[in-house]
Amino acid sequence: MTFLGWTEIALFFALVILVTRPAGGLLARVADNARPMRVPVLGTIERGLYRAAGVDPAAEQGWVSYAAAMLAFKLACFLAVYAILRLQAYLPLNPDGQGAVPPDLAYNTAVSFLTNTNWQFYGGETTMSYFSQMVALAVQNFTSAAAGIAVALAFVRGFSRRSASSIGNFWADLVRVTVYALLPICIVYALFLVWQGAPETFHGAITLTTLQGGKQTIALGPVASQEAIKMLGTNGGGFFNANSAHPFENPTALTNFVEAFSIFVFGAGLTNAFGRMVGDERQGWAVFAAMGLLFLAGVATIYAVESGPNPILTALHVAPGMGNMEGKEVRFGMAGTAIFSSATTDASCGAVDAMFESFLPLGGMVPMLNIMLGEIIYGGVGSGLYGFLMFAIIAVFIAGLMVGRTPEYLGKKIEAREVKMTMLAILCLPLAMLGFTALAVVLPVATAQISAAGPHGFSEALYAYVSGAGNNGSAFAGLSANTFWDVTMGIDMMIGRFFVMVPALAIAGSLAAKKIVPASSGTFPTTGPLFVGLVVGVILIMGGLIFFPALALGPIVEHFAMLAGTTY
Amino acid sequence: MKYFRPALVILLGITLLTGVAYPLVITGVGQLAFPSQANGSLIIRDGKPVGSALIGQDFTSPGYFHGRPSATTATLANGKTVAAPYNADNSTGSNLGPTSKALRDRVAADVKKLEAENPGQPIPADLVTTSGSGLDPDISPAAAYFQVPRVAAARHLDRAMVRRLVASHIVGRTLGLFGAPHVNVLELNLALDKLKAGGM
Repeated sequence: MTFLGWTEIALFFALVILVTRPAGGLLARVADNARPMRVPVLGTIERGLYRAAGVDPAAEQGWVSYAAAMLAFKLACFLAVYAILRLQAYLPLNPDGQGAVPPDLAYNTAVSFLTNTNWQFYGGETTMSYFSQMVALAVQNFTSAAAGIAVALAFVRGFSRRSASSIGNFWADLVRVTVYALLPICIVYALFLVWQGAPETFHGAITLTTLQGGKQTIALGPVASQEAIKMLGTNGGGFFNANSAHPFENPTALTNFVEAFSIFVFGAGLTNAFGRMVGDERQGWAVFAAMGLLFLAGVATIYAVESGPNPILTALHVAPGMGNMEGKEVRFGMAGTAIFSSATTDASCGAVDAMFESFLPLGGMVPMLNIMLGEIIYGGVGSGLYGFLMFAIIAVFIAGLMVGRTPEYLGKKIEAREVKMTMLAILCLPLAMLGFTALAVVLPVATAQISAAGPHGFSEALYAYVSGAGNNGSAFAGLSANTFWDVTMGIDMMIGRFFVMVPALAIAGSLAAKKIVPASSGTFPTTGPLFVGLVVGVILIMGGLIFFPALALGPIVEHFAMLAGTTY
Repeated sequence: MKYFRPALVILLGITLLTGVAYPLVITGVGQLAFPSQANGSLIIRDGKPVGSALIGQDFTSPGYFHGRPSATTATLANGKTVAAPYNADNSTGSNLGPTSKALRDRVAADVKKLEAENPGQPIPADLVTTSGSGLDPDISPAAAYFQVPRVAAARHLDRAMVRRLVASHIVGRTLGLFGAPHVNVLELNLALDKLKAGGM
């Protein structure tokens, strides 16, 4: 650990604070469907899309209709991606001659990208044609991010509207977020990445003779354009197998910092958009503060742990000063790697600039724990905010129980229906994560694919289902695919996405219909440190109760094994 | 049913916008404004590409500085997977965990080789660990200095001169803050070749 490293982390957090208001202002403006944006070219595109689709953007939808539109869109996405991956050998832009993607892998990949997970049971450069990368996968990066933000906006409308029967229009939210928020930023961002060294070409892989006389084949492609939306949309699916550790995806320490920062831009911005939409920005900053505390705890832990050496290697006379370098790139530095690794799992991004499987046990536990807590630390674009607000509902419910008063949040009475829906969403995740892990560590068809032995093997399986249901997509990447893993991970990812989104929309519908109760002296204030502490406490206690036994079997026991010098 | 038309049409529209127009614009502008970077930052020597400035190479001869170990593999025609360090067509890390026996055995073997080469010196961690991509183009300054005696001996050069060459190739933190000081191995080796060609 160095002073410069801590400075880099502090600068990162300061920039996240600075970007929150502008990003929030943009999103709140985009969410206001009643007011046209009046941007040349983009405005024409927006109106053209509505006309072709026969959609009236001003027609409001109730929560059932909003959810149905979202699910119909996802079905169309699934079919399109599946078809393109299966047929890529016959489609253009395939200079390296990639064959058809096998059926179970195509299914897994389609689900993975449309749920914003971007779990990858394939290596990009050895599996996907440029056409598949651009037209199937990058498009899902845009639309799954936009759909996530759309559901978050609808959820917030549940709080901001009174006695209303509708929560917005899914088509308008989807199109406006894509056209006005994601696309313009990506254009500038992608060009920055090209300047720094990310390739953007349709030329196939090149083979050259190295300095020493060997042959080297270097995979290329339209990398920069995909990299930009992969980070900004918290998708995380790499163009290459090594993801953001690959020098073409993440060429310099500067791109590494910017890529990590871009994960948080809209997640943090949404806390402010939330504040603006409910008419009190302080409500948004309270949410931001709770998220910020958890972020700082995570990044500091990773930086501290990974800066230390693996004692098993130190015993072999490896100098301890550089820290745990297995699976890490030299150019990013340990602080840059720690920032990236915590941001990518605080949000549901899942891009990696170092291999989590090779982290020290407690260092690797932080990304896992970040996802287990629900990825509500800024979170995936959209999913982070509605996930967090569900914990806020539980927190005010508990506070209400303690003083014997009907709980309220932002003037809305929180009653049985909201709490039930919240618990449904919150409990579905651990059920999928732990249930599938239990299955995978006893069935031989599953254990055969686990690469590590001992407690690390358990961590590998646990991480996969945690990452899938959390829609993160990062991995302890020693795991290799077979039909069992393809199918169960696909189900895991869908549970994690839709068993949270649909209850979130149901809560929004039920809240929107309620009146707003004026604040009184008995109202629990949700802008102060007491509220922030209570929500953080609820998140940590629920996460701890659910996941501590599993963590004890994986990373914690491995930590002590490592200290004792045990290898497997 | 009323949802299907908007679902299909909007997906098609967004696909044309973000899946076709967007990458084409970035490719067009990128190729014009940053032609070298957009095509993989290739280094040309005597009219031929000898590598990419961003992608490491597998150096094994004693007269060159070596990069980090690499865990990349290649698949042979018969379907067998074999070790192929710095295979830039199949990036990957080792994915060995901290308590892996395979990791300990690999590092122990590499340490033994390095200790024989430069006895009594501490072993820089990056010289015995694989990178996340398997393509790391860089090593730490300590890892470069560690190799000076071997390289100088193999090339019959003065150690101080080789050390000066390493020092001139250290890239510091970006803006004094981001990342870590590093040495690009391919660029260092190209300079080394030039040194000899210049008859110094």
